[in-house]
Amino acid sequence: MTEQTEPLIELRDVKVHFPIKSGLLFDRTVGYVYAVDGVSLSIRKGETYGLVGESGCGKSTLGRGLLRLVEPTEGEIIFDGTDVRSLKGEAMRRARRRMQMIFQDPLSSLDPRQSVESLLVEGLKAHGLADDKAETNRRLRETLEAVGLPASSLSKYPHEFSGGQRQRIGIARALVLNPDLIVADEPVSALDVSIQAQVLNLLEDLQNERGLTYLIIAHDLAVVRHIADTVGVMYLGGLVEEASSDDLYREPMHPYTRALMSAVPVPDPLVEDRRERILLAGDLPSPTNPPSGCRFHTRCPWAQPTRCADERPQLRDVVGGHRVACHFAEDIASGKIRPHEVEVELVRPTDGTGPVDPPGELIPTP
Amino acid sequence: MSLLDVRDLSVVFQRRGERPFTAVDKVSFTVEPGQTVGLVGESGCGKSVTSLAIMGLLPKRGNKVTGEVLFEGTDLLKLRPDDMRDRRGREISMIFQDPLSSLNPVIPIGIQVAEVLERHQGRDRKQALRESRELLDAVGIPDPQRRLTEYPHQISGGMRQRALIAIALACKPRLLIADEPTTALDVTIQAQILTLLKQLVDETGTALVMITHDLGVVAGLCDTVNVLYGGKVVERERRHELFAHARHPYTHGLLNSVPRLDSPRGERLHAIRGSVADNIPWVEGCAFAPRCDNVVDACLEGPPPLEPTATGGDLRCNNPVSEEVAVR
Repeated sequence: MTEQTEPLIELRDVKVHFPIKSGLLFDRTVGYVYAVDGVSLSIRKGETYGLVGESGCGKSTLGRGLLRLVEPTEGEIIFDGTDVRSLKGEAMRRARRRMQMIFQDPLSSLDPRQSVESLLVEGLKAHGLADDKAETNRRLRETLEAVGLPASSLSKYPHEFSGGQRQRIGIARALVLNPDLIVADEPVSALDVSIQAQVLNLLEDLQNERGLTYLIIAHDLAVVRHIADTVGVMYLGGLVEEASSDDLYREPMHPYTRALMSAVPVPDPLVEDRRERILLAGDLPSPTNPPSGCRFHTRCPWAQPTRCADERPQLRDVVGGHRVACHFAEDIASGKIRPHEVEVELVRPTDGTGPVDPPGELIPTP
Repeated sequence: MSLLDVRDLSVVFQRRGERPFTAVDKVSFTVEPGQTVGLVGESGCGKSVTSLAIMGLLPKRGNKVTGEVLFEGTDLLKLRPDDMRDRRGREISMIFQDPLSSLNPVIPIGIQVAEVLERHQGRDRKQALRESRELLDAVGIPDPQRRLTEYPHQISGGMRQRALIAIALACKPRLLIADEPTTALDVTIQAQILTLLKQLVDETGTALVMITHDLGVVAGLCDTVNVLYGGKVVERERRHELFAHARHPYTHGLLNSVPRLDSPRGERLHAIRGSVADNIPWVEGCAFAPRCDNVVDACLEGPPPLEPTATGGDLRCNNPVSEEVAVR
């Protein structure tokens, strides 16, 4: 439906690396966390782009990097024709009105000591939009109505609302500035199942009414499938697959996407009894020391002795706009390569740069 | 005789100067040996409090537990604390949601597993550690010898949950209660843990009570499902029956409101209106009535009884969804 429109935002090879500091007196950089490591994608006007992946894959960092809430290390972020990274001071501040964010946990992202009115007005004031009192008041009421809250909420405080209503306040706060792009980081994962549906429906309605562009970041594939037009799957800092929602779910091509989709439980015993699970061995490797070549080759049941371990696959168009970062996507799809057993590699949740205690020694290093 | 027979279990929380709050309201269900039973509901429905009451883990003060929890005929609620401690971990054990906060951060994993064997089976440290290694191996932890001496922070979330399962199954209990065991984990790790649980339950014949909010988890695992709302069982049904023809408007609404991976895109979700906070006390009527589309006058006149259905389940509803109406 939005095939012809131009992209609203375009990321080109965006990287966000966090330095790991160590040392007593002088902070030495001993390594980097490669949270986002070369992501290129574009989101068209009025489109919903869903970004999925497991914890630690860099999806939230990418969302924040896009708004420059964390500073990207490299790459270009083109928002409506201008490179956001080149904007400075006042120009950046003004640009922020057009891109807003909705956070995961509505309670911790709303100041408990601010009333809803003050929460909503704060952004307007910052952008000099709150000069006319009557006009501001009308705008607040209109926004609250749009998110399904009564006007009486204005004088209340966040703790007086239920989880779902708080998320509505979070949405209202983003909406009141009339943005073009909304980045929603796990907008429903903190909510109960029956409330999730309400908030998802609300997000869809708002998009239809106001022509918003969304970047929805979520770990729940079913949620993303429901709301997104295009879905990107991230693994360890990189996009491994990108396709229209229907294509991706009909025929996932990257081995990781396949495993991810087969792991999602479906509330239907008939489906559950029949389906085949692709169980991945082990855990996500540490982003401080990502595997060479294809990031996924250490856990991939289809990994091949050639190329996978030493050549990092780029996203390439495999069929009609379905982009996959896998050397053997076609062979896997046609069944030419069969899955095999994978040896579990042990993954440390620690930074992985220091020496590992030899077994049997329990003396902690100070 | 059932392995576990919970009869009219109620938990009332009472704080001085406040109105008592009934978290669990006359809940009854049974678990047969080797069976997997699900307790499903949203936050605040009483599912976790039920499990804590069964295990005798509720705080000593501030609450009143009534009813019976018959485990092989013995009422666990009447046991002295010492006797209960002997059974806990040996005959009934439990896995919690957050593996990091249920493991002791300053004790090596091996010792935490061995502890159970020492306490309940009188093993000495050496023998217990040897068995611990086998247990860690059985739950799929790589290089178990080395894991024995490591601390919880050194292993990943999925591995911690495996360690917790090893602790829970160390004494081959006849009943395992799992309270949201995969909620804190990623989907691929969740699939690993659920597969492991299923396999262990099949191998050892342990009965499993699965407490979760995720209908997808229940669909693949449980033989019988109890749906809780506002502290009461509102629907009980065998797995296939429940998912094909949910009769209670709440269950039906819940199934219709979750986005599914295999459903066509762009369909509007059928949300249940209001929130869990909008319930009315059961004494005044059906707690779900304020959110229910099928509400009739009788719903507001008193609590509907839990009545057996033609399909062998139980249902607490005056005006259930017709059997012909399939879920989506």
